[in-house]
Amino acid sequence: MLTSLPPGLILILGAALLLFGGRTIRAVFTLALPLLALFAIWQVPGDMVSALPFLDYVIEPVRADSLGRLFATIFAIMAFGGGLFALNQDRTVELVAGFVYAGSAIGVAMAGDLFTAFVFWEIMAVASTMVIWSAATTAAYRASIRYLIIHLLGGVVLMTGIVAHVADTGSLAFGAMEADSFGTWMILAGFLLNAGAPPLSAWLPDAYPEASWSGTVFLSAFTTKTAVYVLMRGFPGTEILIYIGIFMVFYGIVYALLENDMRRILAYSIVNQVGFMVTGIGIGTEMSLNGAAAHAFTHIIYKALLLMSAGAVLYMTGKRKCTDLGGLFQSMPLTALCGTIGALAISSFPWTSGFVSKSMISQGAADEHMAIIWFLLTAASAGVFLHAGIKFPWFVFFQKDSGMRPPDPPWNMRLAMILFAAACIGIGLWPQFLYDLLPYPVQYAPYTAAHVINMLQLLLFAGLAFFVLLPMMKRTLTITLDFDWFYRVFGYVIVDRLTDAIVQFNKSASVWTRRNLDTIVAGVFRHHGPQGILARTWPTGSTVLWVAVLLAIYLLLYYA
Amino acid sequence: MIAAHFPILQVVVPLMAAPFVVLFRNGTVAWFISFAVSWFALAISVALLGQVMDAGEISYAIGDWAPPWGIEYRVDKINAFVLLIVSAIAAIVATFARASVEKEIPEDKQVLFYSAFLLCLTGLLGITITGDAFNIFVFLEISSLSSYALIAMGRDRRALTAAFQYLVMGTIGATFILIGIGLIYMMTGTLNIADMAVRIEAVSTSPTTVAAAAFIFVGVGLKLALFPLHLWLPNAYTFAPSMVSAFLAATATKVSVYVMLRFMFTVFGKFFTFEFLPESPILIFLASLAILTASTVAIFQNNLKRMLAYSSVAQIGYMVFGIAMVNVSGLTAGILHLFNHALMKGGLFMALGCIAYRLGATSIEQVAGAGRRMPLTMFAFVIGGLSLIGVPLTAGFVSKWYLLLGAMEKGWWPAAVIVLVGSLLAVVYVWRVVEAAYFRPSPDGATTVEEAPLSMLIPTWVLIGANVYFGIHTDLSVSVAKQAAVQLLGLAP
Repeated sequence: MLTSLPPGLILILGAALLLFGGRTIRAVFTLALPLLALFAIWQVPGDMVSALPFLDYVIEPVRADSLGRLFATIFAIMAFGGGLFALNQDRTVELVAGFVYAGSAIGVAMAGDLFTAFVFWEIMAVASTMVIWSAATTAAYRASIRYLIIHLLGGVVLMTGIVAHVADTGSLAFGAMEADSFGTWMILAGFLLNAGAPPLSAWLPDAYPEASWSGTVFLSAFTTKTAVYVLMRGFPGTEILIYIGIFMVFYGIVYALLENDMRRILAYSIVNQVGFMVTGIGIGTEMSLNGAAAHAFTHIIYKALLLMSAGAVLYMTGKRKCTDLGGLFQSMPLTALCGTIGALAISSFPWTSGFVSKSMISQGAADEHMAIIWFLLTAASAGVFLHAGIKFPWFVFFQKDSGMRPPDPPWNMRLAMILFAAACIGIGLWPQFLYDLLPYPVQYAPYTAAHVINMLQLLLFAGLAFFVLLPMMKRTLTITLDFDWFYRVFGYVIVDRLTDAIVQFNKSASVWTRRNLDTIVAGVFRHHGPQGILARTWPTGSTVLWVAVLLAIYLLLYYA
Repeated sequence: MIAAHFPILQVVVPLMAAPFVVLFRNGTVAWFISFAVSWFALAISVALLGQVMDAGEISYAIGDWAPPWGIEYRVDKINAFVLLIVSAIAAIVATFARASVEKEIPEDKQVLFYSAFLLCLTGLLGITITGDAFNIFVFLEISSLSSYALIAMGRDRRALTAAFQYLVMGTIGATFILIGIGLIYMMTGTLNIADMAVRIEAVSTSPTTVAAAAFIFVGVGLKLALFPLHLWLPNAYTFAPSMVSAFLAATATKVSVYVMLRFMFTVFGKFFTFEFLPESPILIFLASLAILTASTVAIFQNNLKRMLAYSSVAQIGYMVFGIAMVNVSGLTAGILHLFNHALMKGGLFMALGCIAYRLGATSIEQVAGAGRRMPLTMFAFVIGGLSLIGVPLTAGFVSKWYLLLGAMEKGWWPAAVIVLVGSLLAVVYVWRVVEAAYFRPSPDGATTVEEAPLSMLIPTWVLIGANVYFGIHTDLSVSVAKQAAVQLLGLAP
């Protein structure tokens, strides 16, 4: 009986407990609930069918196959890490929202039908908005409203798709679909919106950095990765995803290189990393799907680790711009070390978790003889190393001395970082643990001499380039747009064009939106506002006239 | 034995009670009688629905005059369902009324107020239960005249002009309906609805019948506040006493929708209405405008009652939209939304009644900070608002689901977009209230908890709770609505 309840509910309902009691009791619940959820996830038998009737359909609130369990597991682990990191966050509501957010993500991962997935999907949208909002700044409030509007719109698209799909097939079952009908296209679009896919990628870097130092850690993990999960479940091998994924990869790199806010760099890097996963899903072989799933798993850990180190810096210094930071390794050695480990992992440095997962996606492309895709992915790996692997730790922890000497953060934040850093290295050294969890059997050996040497060469040259071009990198900190010749040095003409296009498009789109949105709102208000023609109280005579007009129209149409 | 007389008891008991309460000249007694009568009416309608679901249609000949000549009461699935909606809302609102009326209606008028309420209930139940077209007009006048009086008793002086405008518009609507019925009578020589349905086929191409349809649909359109004939509604709901707003918003327009269904599907038949006449595109056009425009107008309203009134216009758009699809899913959605919308609007207007009781007014400035001062009331409002938006696991979602399904079965995906854009607009106007109530300080800085009395809170929460219950347990509402839809479409069950 108990196993037929979604394990995500433990976090969603349990979050209410966090509102009560003192700091100690809250700490106990914060740490216990995710572990309890993790336990419950593994208690659900893999072959369980929990069918419930709803409307004219059968829904299946809990399903635990290897794919769903993998994602649910990492979500629970993430809730634990995020909770531990956030123990000394005074705004309780953020932790409550964070747990509801994590719980609904687990709910999506274990949903056996589209309806259940949709319900948790929407809870996730609202809870994540609350996480951003609880930073309690004006910027965060505005960002949270923009974020909510985008996600509600996405929910509408998804809902339309689900209904159309049900009208076509008569079933709510959530399995692999072909994007070949109105319904399935809408579902795909709804999923992609949460993944941060173009043309609506901007919600992610817009909203995430506005959350509090602990809120961003939660945000980084769930929305985009549940999107990766549902794409894997619903649309494996859909070719268009390859191109969307590649676009996201480069979009993230270009914007991260331009950015000055340390957490916004990491937010762009989420788009970039999810791009790798989406590409893997688009390739659609067992190898690449395994790679995408494994990469989601490792990415959650190292991206959370990176944002924890950034959050620790923000918590201790109150500063978030790269230009204001620097030299912090002297007084925050542990944070610097953990941040560097996270940076190495995201760059898929050998013996870290990123190496054992990302290389599977490239291998998937190679196995399918997709030479261009393989080349782009490899080039992008160098780009990742530039923006997240070196740029972030270098400007925050090393580089010039900013003169600040803050100590390392409190014990719980240190512990959370140590645990996640250990996980990055642990998975890198013993990948078999992760491989055993993957949806398909793994026949892949990451540590062949060729793989390792290739990767090290790539990283070495990218690192060299970074330091050679360091003066240029510094100039970009003032947000100039003349970065593009930097790519010409490498001869990446494609990247160059792409960059130009993105920058131009974004610029003109935002100008257009700003200019036209005001006009539109004013127009709507003119007609619909309290004094507008549609809202004011009419004299009785004119209302009667309307009746006559309508009757005349009716008669005309009826006799026509 | 007595069970055979339920149809007449349904109407006669409240009718008799109306003059009876005036004899007592005491508000409390009058309230108690109205309260008892409303619950009695609910019990009868539950029994009637049970009988119809088990044994099929009931025909009741008044005074034992055989149907085509005498007046017949006829209960089938669709009107048994509407009877249940009307009497259930009446019972809950009557429970709620005590404290609210005490505060809002002068002592000496309370007795007359309850008398008018009972008459209004009689009228609404009568329209629904009768099988006689002329009777529909008679009961329509009973309910309308009493509701003009009820609205005029609002505290704001603008209630008088609102009631007057409603009177003019309502009378025109009723006259149109009467003209239409007269024209049908001219062509068929009968007033019995079942009889009409049989005889009208022979004359269905006659211009007179077509004119009759036009008059009836425009007349009913006025009564159900179909855009752009809704202009009387916002003021009437805004300035009426709280309890009246809750009652009328949840029942009056629903009964009008029922009348429309009855004429469209039973009297004229779906072939005449939707194939011979271009009714479907007209309704879809007007309903789309209603959904988009009225929802947008609702966003800019400062008086929350007025906001909900405009939202009602939009929600009626949803019902009409479903009906215009003329397929099982769409019609199910339309009928189901009669029920679900009664639950949500009844609950929401009652929550506003609680706010008016404590805070005096229902403007958005007034509810600022109310999340802390009246936590239970505001939380009820939030859940009702979620149902209005159509969030999963609330009643609103279920009707929206069928509406979308109906649109998709027709392949009308722009219709689905309109419906969902309407939901998004609802998100905005509900969010404004949430934002004011929870994120802004109250205007006078007060923070103490002052909840409405339990006699108001409990009925409010019963309806709000029903929104959640019928969002999860859809067996009752959906199966009845679906069977009613199948019956109206004349398909084999």
